[in-house]
Amino acid sequence: MPARNEEPQTLLTASAVERTLKRMADQIVELNDGTEDLVIVGIQRRGVQLASRLCALIEKSEDAKVLQGSLDITLYRDDLQTIGPRPVVGPTNIPWVIDGKNVVIVDDVLYTGRTVRAALDEIADFGRPARIALAVLIDRGGRELPIQPDVVGKKVTVEPGERVDVLVEDLDGRTAVVLIPPGDAAP
Amino acid sequence: MTSPLGKDLLGLEFLSSEQIRLILDTAEPFKEISERAIKKVPALRGSTIVNLFFENSTRTRISFEFAEKRLSADTVNVSSSGSSVAKGETLVDTARNLEAMRIDMVVIRHGASGAASFLAERIESNVINAGDGTHEHPTQGLLDLLTLRDHLGDLKGKRVCICGDVLHSRVARSNIWGLQKVGAEVAVCGPRSLLPNSIEEFGVTVFKRIEEAIEWADALNVLRLQLERMTAGYIPSSREYNRVFGVSRERLNRAKRKILILHPGPMNRGVEIDSDVADGPHSVILNQVTNGVAVRMAVLYLLAGGKPELAEAAKGGNR
Repeated sequence: MPARNEEPQTLLTASAVERTLKRMADQIVELNDGTEDLVIVGIQRRGVQLASRLCALIEKSEDAKVLQGSLDITLYRDDLQTIGPRPVVGPTNIPWVIDGKNVVIVDDVLYTGRTVRAALDEIADFGRPARIALAVLIDRGGRELPIQPDVVGKKVTVEPGERVDVLVEDLDGRTAVVLIPPGDAAP
Repeated sequence: MTSPLGKDLLGLEFLSSEQIRLILDTAEPFKEISERAIKKVPALRGSTIVNLFFENSTRTRISFEFAEKRLSADTVNVSSSGSSVAKGETLVDTARNLEAMRIDMVVIRHGASGAASFLAERIESNVINAGDGTHEHPTQGLLDLLTLRDHLGDLKGKRVCICGDVLHSRVARSNIWGLQKVGAEVAVCGPRSLLPNSIEEFGVTVFKRIEEAIEWADALNVLRLQLERMTAGYIPSSREYNRVFGVSRERLNRAKRKILILHPGPMNRGVEIDSDVADGPHSVILNQVTNGVAVRMAVLYLLAGGKPELAEAAKGGNR
């Protein structure tokens, strides 16, 4: 492992994440003309945490119930044959009929776009939504597929080898977005 | 990264407790797929799997086939009757010919103990043992573990008694090794003629009377009396076996606590298990069948892929 020459740099603090999510929640409501047909689907794992936060914010501001689901896209990945199996970390849970609904996919970091491609395929196995939108907390660039977000928390430019990690209270004990220098292990 | 289980699944004897837990944990999310309207995920799209069954089977073969199809693999079923095996082709020749047609995995059931590992050493495809003679039936052992875990929670310190025809049972061996690895206490109960001579070497408690087993256990795994494998008079008659060792409602009612009843099927109703037990509130026999598909999906998934020579092409993140 290369020598660790830099400390992780904080891109968003907990209160900045909170402010950003509030704005994203408003944008999601605006994009979908309210909450009537809205279904918010988080991608395991940190997307699910963020989706819950967004749902709570929308429910508070709009005084309406928002349907929420979760997706684990591991079985829809395109790299099983090459990389091999990865642990399936969480349940897929879409207990709603999503035909004709406005589905918003929520993830923490948008990078190559391959996860979103897998999520689109998986959602198609559950039904035919009227439209599907993509909301991400961080867009770090580096797309390998023609996929773009509809709602973005923060756009950052990241050097090759660097990593952006979103930390959430439930899994990491604190909320923040950090830039990890090259060579550091995953959390 | 190559498969966390290695190339093949031949038995539970040589798996680590971590590998067994990984399979069980992986099976959990697979349960949900079978509840969907479209019961299919693309994980094994493009993989070809041959189910090579040299012995009769309904549950295991169909369960493997469902598992394969729900992972989007292409499957071919070969049984000994109706194939060139009936013309005297050897096991290895059959498998090599299949491999020449570019397959990825073989699921094999065979009457000879060790057949799966014999094959695994000779072909490049992943081999999954679906029962070899009286040796092991690892996916049955795993689905039993999953069903027990669903109902009893962590199996550490839990008491499971395997009842009946242990001598002829590959299910018994897979259960004993699997249960011990996850920390359960294991006992066996049955007529001495149907227990292996060296049963104590497995580190299990031996009960001579079914009443003692019921008194002791949290769960009973009731084995089928394998009359087709009995070449000599092991028991006087099925009726007498039922009278002495049969699991009946009356015997269970005398137990102080609720005991879980498992059976790998097919059942001889009225012999090793009475109908009112098999269909009663203690029985989780159909849960075992449901879990069988999820466990087999987990095994197939964990053995698949991981071809390092292709990894170069897949360079780049996956976020």
